[in-house]
Order: sequence, then structure tokens, then C-alpha cells
Amino acid sequence: MAVVPPPSRRRKRRMDQVMGLVNIPIDWLEERSGLIGGLKYFLFRKVPSDINWFHTLGSATLTAFLVQAGTGVILAMYYQPHPDKAYESIRYITHDVTLGWLVRGMHRWGASVFIILIFLHMARVFLFGAYKYPRELNWIVGVMLLPLAMLEGFTGYLLPWDQTAYWATVVGINLNGTGPIVGPFLSQFLRSGDEIGADTLTRFYALHMLLLPGAIMGLIGLHLYLVMRLGVSSPPWSEDAAGKERTEAPPSGERGLVRPRARGGRPRGE
Amino acid sequence: MPAVVAGVVVTLIFAFLWARDAMTPGRALATGGPEPAGTADAAPIPANEGGPAMPPADAPVNQGMPRSKFLELSTLGLGGVITGIVAGPVIGFAVLPAFTGDELDAVDLGPLDEYPKGEWREATFMLDAAAGEVSRRTAFVRNNGMVDEQPSVTIISNRCVHLGCPVQSGGPRQDEDRETIKTELAELTVTPIQPANFSCPCHGGAYDTEGNRIAGPPVRALDRYKYSIKGGNLFLLEPYSVGEVKGEGAEAMIKAYGLQGPGEHVDGPSGLLYPIQPQDLG
Repeated sequence: MAVVPPPSRRRKRRMDQVMGLVNIPIDWLEERSGLIGGLKYFLFRKVPSDINWFHTLGSATLTAFLVQAGTGVILAMYYQPHPDKAYESIRYITHDVTLGWLVRGMHRWGASVFIILIFLHMARVFLFGAYKYPRELNWIVGVMLLPLAMLEGFTGYLLPWDQTAYWATVVGINLNGTGPIVGPFLSQFLRSGDEIGADTLTRFYALHMLLLPGAIMGLIGLHLYLVMRLGVSSPPWSEDAAGKERTEAPPSGERGLVRPRARGGRPRGE
Repeated sequence: MPAVVAGVVVTLIFAFLWARDAMTPGRALATGGPEPAGTADAAPIPANEGGPAMPPADAPVNQGMPRSKFLELSTLGLGGVITGIVAGPVIGFAVLPAFTGDELDAVDLGPLDEYPKGEWREATFMLDAAAGEVSRRTAFVRNNGMVDEQPSVTIISNRCVHLGCPVQSGGPRQDEDRETIKTELAELTVTPIQPANFSCPCHGGAYDTEGNRIAGPPVRALDRYKYSIKGGNLFLLEPYSVGEVKGEGAEAMIKAYGLQGPGEHVDGPSGLLYPIQPQDLG
């Protein structure tokens, strides 16, 4: 191994200057807001040593939501929620606007990705038993997020205003109408009247891009706060969490995705 | 303008209160003035010998609500009132218009002569010309001939009462004989059909030519439209829901109810689950 010579004094001074350029604004912000400390606390908090790739499904879902939010904002710049113009504006986005096909495609397929990731994340939490004490409340917040995300899908589906969108929404609203007692009122509210029309389209648009995303963002904030406060749970086979001593030496050369050992299994490599 | 009036009123009230305060001699002293002289010539005593500077109160002097509690409650109460004043109209605006829609005008379906006695026609029209294409509807129209010197017409809506897809006539149709009729407000197309039944492509609901369910998931018979005849023209009035139809054509006995959404029961015990307004129709 080559011996690194100690840096000369001039070089050291220059390095200090460069570091200062980075650190001074950060320190300025930290001293006045504490935000940097909060961010560091959030990003570099301790997690159990035996978590695995399944624990990333939550942040994958969050990423999918952020993609939907970002692409949705741009699409809203071109989309027109009017019965005579909605379909044409979608055609315009898809065929005429530069890269419109890409952003609309991201939003359209990302919607499915978002829902699929939600269910995978939910399955992970359920199968790992991560909803148990003290994390029940976070499970409940997640369960509240699920119908909001599905409502996003339902309201967004009408917006292209083509035959598929129209009839799927007719059937979807009428499905709500079959609920006892409240059903007829619910479908009347969703339709914004007796018949699907201009008011339905603008109503779904407002729900899709204002009310529901706002509610989702608020609940995601609460969800993350609880994750931070309660910490990440170990997988059910965790020997650390069970209070056992590790039977296995720390992995020597293994990196990346490591298959978890079954409970009571023989140590690897025998 | 109202803001100016309110500002003047508030200014006057506080001016009066201030003037009253300033002219009351006792109050002026309480807010300012020199402190009352203490017993300065008392001999100082060591700290560990004296009693408490103030004797402990044996009971709260004021038995009522403390000032801080009152202020806290009134802040919350005032906030609640303001929230209510703002939220009430906003929520009403969001919800109520869906339930207070205007009645639609009658739709002109053209001269009654276009609908020969005993034959079916599929009429496609706009419910509301101002709303445009989105209000296009289809109805199956059959002229039953004269009953008591009054024309009798059956107008069945094509909205499936399962979940609202469009039902279609099962049987021959003469698209080549389709006619376009121009009326005052819009135009409609009329196609001759010979339905043996009506059926829905979505989930397989099927109805006979009176609209009674014969197969599939629908919970009642097809909706119908009321009609009137003015100046020889057939006018479409509001739709209504139908429990079941006994008999055929002009002799049909219809159990009629106020219009319900698809999938909602109108009769039997399950009908109680869906608030409806029964109508007296023959």
C-alpha cells in the first residue's frame, strides 16, 4: 500500500476553503432552522441490522406517488376538463406536445405501478407482522391511504373522456349506488346530478388533482412520522429481535441480496 | 361599504370604553400611579426565621371560572364559530348542487307518424342540447295505437338497470332505413328494429320486449319515459323506474316508481334499502 504523503500547508488551506464553501451555507441553515439535523436524523437513523430488500417497498411506493404527483402537475398544464375538449386535449398531449407521450405514459402506467406497490408493501407489513404493537396506528394510516389511492385511480380513469372512460365510470358510479341507504346519495354526489356530464368531469378532475393528493400527502407525512418515531421492525425470523445471540459470524465477503436463513437452520456454508 | 360601517361601529364602541375608563378616577390609579408605601421601617429578619411572605390561601377566592380558562374556551369557541360560518356554505356548495339539479325540458321526438302502430323504433336523441354529445340517449319506442281515443306509446330506456350500460335490441334492425328528424332544438335518428328481447353487453342482463328481466343480474324491469303528445309530435318527459310489467302493449299494468339508479331495488323488502319516491302511474 502506497503511503500517502501528508498534504502540504497550501493544499490544506485550499481544502479548508472548499469545505467551507459547502459547510457554511449548511451551517447557516442548520443554526436557524434545525432542518439539516432533522434531515440527517431521518436519513441516517438506526435500523435493524437484519432488514432486507422487502423493507424498501414502502419507499418505492412513495417514489411512485412522487412520480405521479410530478407528471400530474405537468399534465394539468395541457389538459382541459371540459366535455368538448378533454378528449382532444389528451390527443394533443399524446401526439403533439413534445415528450407528451412519455409523460402521459409515465402517469398512466405509473398509476398501476403505484397501486401494485401499495399492495406489495401492505403484504410485506402483514406477512412480517410489522403491524403489531406499537405500530398498529401506522397500519391504520396505511389502510386509510389505500382507498384514497384507489379513488385516485377511479377519478383519473374518467379524465381521458373516451368510451372506455365514460362507461367504466358509469358502471363504477352505479356500483356505488347499489350500497344500501347511502348508495343512491353517494352516486348522486359523484355524478354531480342525475346524469354524467360536464360537472362530473370537472368534479372528478378536482378530486383527482387537489383533494385526494392533498389528503394522501398529509397521511403520508403522518405515516413517515410514525415510521421515524417507532423505527423499522425486524423480520419475523430475526434472531437479534428474539434476543438470541448470533450463531453466525458476520458475513465475510457476501454482499447484496442475501437470502435470509430459516429459523433454526444450519449456519451457511456447512 | 359594510366593512367601513363595521369599522366605524367598532371604533365608536372602543372610543366610548376608553373615555369611560379614562374618566373614572379609581381606574386611572389602578393602571398607573405610585406604588402604595410599604412598612419600610420594619426590622429585617433572617431568611430562615420569617414565615411565608403570604399566608397560604385556605380557599380559592374566586369560585367561578378562572380568567385563563375562560379565554381559552372563548378562543376555541370563537374559532369553531368562524370555522362553521366558512365551512357550512363551502360544504353545501360542494354537495347540494348534485341534489338540486334543474328539471330537463321535454325532448321532441318528432311527429307521431314516424312511429307506425305496433312497430318498434330505436330513437337516439339529446336530452339536453346545451350539454351536447354527453347527453345523447337512446330509447326504444313502440306505438300501441289508440286507447280510449288517446294514443298509447311505450318508451323504454336503453339504460341497463344492472349497472347502467346500454342495452341493445336483440333482433333485426334496418340501419339502411334510419331517418334523421330535425326538431326545433336538435336532431334525432330513428331506426326501425324488430326486437325479440333487449340485452346488455356488459354482464349479460336480458329483458323481454316489455322490459321485464328474463336473465342475468338486473334487479328490476327496464326504466321507461313518460310522454305527451302536442301538435301531433311525441314529446319525451321524465324517466321513471319500473318494478315489473304485467300484460303487454297498451294493456300493460306497470308498477311505477320514481327514477332510481341502476342496481337499486324498487320493490320487495330490499326496496326498503333504497329511499325512493313512489309515483302514482297507471
